[in-house]
Amino acid sequence: METSIFQYGFIIKGLLGAIFASITAGLAGTYVVSKRMVFLSGGITHASFGGIGIGYFLGINPVFGAAVFGILSALGVEYLSVKQKIREDSAIGILWAFGMAIGIIFIYLTPGYTPNLMSYLFGSILTVSNADIIALGTMSVILILYFGIFYRTILYISFDEVFARTYSSYVDVFKYITTSLIALTIVLNIRMAGVVLVISLLTIPPNIAMLFTRVYFKIVIWSVLAGFIGTATGYVISYYAGIPVGATIIFTLVIIWVAVKGTIQLIGVISKMNNSSHFRHSKL
Amino acid sequence: MAYLFEMHSLSASYGANVALHDVNFRVNENDFIGVIGPNGGGKTTLLRVILGLLKPAAGDLVFNKDLLDGNKIGYLPQMSTGDINYPVTVRDIILSGLMIRKGIISRMSASDKIKANKVIEELGLVGMSKSTLNELSGGQMQRVFLGRAIIGDPKLLLLDEPGNFVDTTFENDFYEKLKDLNGRMAILMVSHDVGTISSHIKSFACINRSLHYHPSNEITNEDLLAYGCPIQLVTHGDVPHTVLKYHK
Repeated sequence: METSIFQYGFIIKGLLGAIFASITAGLAGTYVVSKRMVFLSGGITHASFGGIGIGYFLGINPVFGAAVFGILSALGVEYLSVKQKIREDSAIGILWAFGMAIGIIFIYLTPGYTPNLMSYLFGSILTVSNADIIALGTMSVILILYFGIFYRTILYISFDEVFARTYSSYVDVFKYITTSLIALTIVLNIRMAGVVLVISLLTIPPNIAMLFTRVYFKIVIWSVLAGFIGTATGYVISYYAGIPVGATIIFTLVIIWVAVKGTIQLIGVISKMNNSSHFRHSKL
Repeated sequence: MAYLFEMHSLSASYGANVALHDVNFRVNENDFIGVIGPNGGGKTTLLRVILGLLKPAAGDLVFNKDLLDGNKIGYLPQMSTGDINYPVTVRDIILSGLMIRKGIISRMSASDKIKANKVIEELGLVGMSKSTLNELSGGQMQRVFLGRAIIGDPKLLLLDEPGNFVDTTFENDFYEKLKDLNGRMAILMVSHDVGTISSHIKSFACINRSLHYHPSNEITNEDLLAYGCPIQLVTHGDVPHTVLKYHK
């Protein structure tokens, strides 16, 4: 009896986790991929590990520490590249490694037990708490409202910031809010996919979506769908095979991407062959 | 003729770097002015000041409030500002010329859609409204950005180096289109390439930190001296061309 309740809760948690992860990653990922911010997002992810380490050291929730570090590093890259004239990719690279270094130092300085580093680096559904699921669900609602209400404004600013600046004084406000929300999305998904792999959760689904459509909001919808299929499948496989969930999800997503791309190309080749055989017949 | 804006002894700078010095300049209704000058001569700065992106360090910029406020300026930036691989359709880019001015929540109304369709038709982009930029030619892309600039029915159209991404076959079409638009709006076009200053402009100004306005479209030796170095003008294409005087 107890086992079945445990299993039931575990499945619900996994299902909700998959739904919320794919919604948040689909919305944030489409923005990140369209605006070519993948490297920046990778930097934010790894820098936030510093917050996880400090969180452990101070005995506060590591996700909270990670959120602070994630947002600060996103704004820090902007500050270093615009105000201090450091090349943006160098600034990202520095904060990326600096965050990881801080995280490792503080985790090893933490007295008593050493927390399970692996679960943060590669993700583990076992360590996902109900609070994590609630946080991810809240984030889904926030992102849906934010992108739903401000869709066109966000789209136009992200497409052509220089032009937007000529008519709107809200460009910087939107940029900072969006970047902060993306940092939060990344941090909240770290529990699922892990620091090392979470960036793929944001980047692979939009790339699958772009095989079907080039319209922004349709990319979001397809991304969420592709993300859910990949996440849920990866979750099930990871459960039965006993392998880390983050790695399984990313592996599944890449397989989906390759399969879809391959199928589309195959259809292209076949229809070309049909056309050319048609051509030969009509010539006869 | 009614003026749209006037600059009085206007200077603008980036830190210690003075980009415009003591500029007196007036643009009237239905003007078609070409502004030429070398790279770094202050052409883009001039546009930034007009657009309100850069505050003058000294002097005044006075708009004729009856005819022109910030919303009534159309702007065609240099090609490089938008990412051509961005997943946004031609129709949405053109609409952004209206939407971005509406404040933080920009909802599309039925009249916005009608305006967009009109612009798409006027610029010969019918059938491409659902395409993304990477599916278009350079000339078509430029028409999309022109559409974004004119959808708000501006009284003044600012063009930044429009010659940069036009192939010569399209260039004539483009200037013909500008000539049509000039019937309902003043046009101010900056370029480092004298070749793009076509015969359609009515007057021109030379800019190299300071600005010299010439009420005709004939370029003289003195104008070319604004470049600060001896240059020779070479251009291809059909006659008529603006003929330039000899210079030593």
